Amino acid sequence: MDMRTPLGRVRGLGSTNDGVKHWWMQRLTGMALIPLTLWFVYSAVQMSGASHAEFTVWVGTQGNPVLLILLIICMFHHGQLGLQVVVEDYIPSESTKMTLLIAIKFAAIIFGTSAVFAVLRLTVGSS
Amino acid sequence: MASQNRPLSPHLQIYKPQITSFLSITHRMTGLFLAFGAVLLASWVISATYGPEAFENAQSLLGSWFGKLILLGLTFSLYFHLANGIRHLGWDFGLGFDLTKVQATGIAVLIFAVVLTVLTWFAGYAIVGGS
Repeated sequence: MDMRTPLGRVRGLGSTNDGVKHWWMQRLTGMALIPLTLWFVYSAVQMSGASHAEFTVWVGTQGNPVLLILLIICMFHHGQLGLQVVVEDYIPSESTKMTLLIAIKFAAIIFGTSAVFAVLRLTVGSS
Repeated sequence: MASQNRPLSPHLQIYKPQITSFLSITHRMTGLFLAFGAVLLASWVISATYGPEAFENAQSLLGSWFGKLILLGLTFSLYFHLANGIRHLGWDFGLGFDLTKVQATGIAVLIFAVVLTVLTWFAGYAIVGGS
């Protein structure tokens, strides 16, 4: 029988934060971004120099709005996870680290949500 | 906290430059730059909701020489980060860990990124005729 306390058993086994979830979500979003970014580059090349009308037609075409929204979500989620690691690695001051992490998470959600809403505004109800 | 006069471990400049460490830090730097690219992409789409004039402004900004320079950097960063990300996924499965393979895949990643960047920009210029 193990006479050690639960705390004694887990001590030294590493952090109890959500490291695995971070790692796993980074791989998941990374895998999703392989086709999504390739599709986007292909599209963006065609959108270089496009007019507003051409652009809105493209955004509203078939699967494009869904792919765009998926891209935006995966991209900001993946980016935010990556930036978090960079900040955790290089910023020794606990207060600066926290401030930056909060700023990064807020910025990712604000830009991501705004971009998704923009795709919806350009497609839902128009045309 | 830590005392002042402890010996430091050998720092970066002591090591011979290696493809492994070079690609590792490049992965990080391209990732940082791509985070900025994500904000740029978001702003580009959002600009279209403000009407034709705002979108056309965004387009001409992206089409300026400075905009193109940023986009060129983003294209390379994306291809590099994508290919090296796949390399990382391979390692997660325990594949390609011995030194010769690590170096070979590293060089392959670099070649892939450069070639696809060039091809993408050729395609871009072929489609829009340099505008």
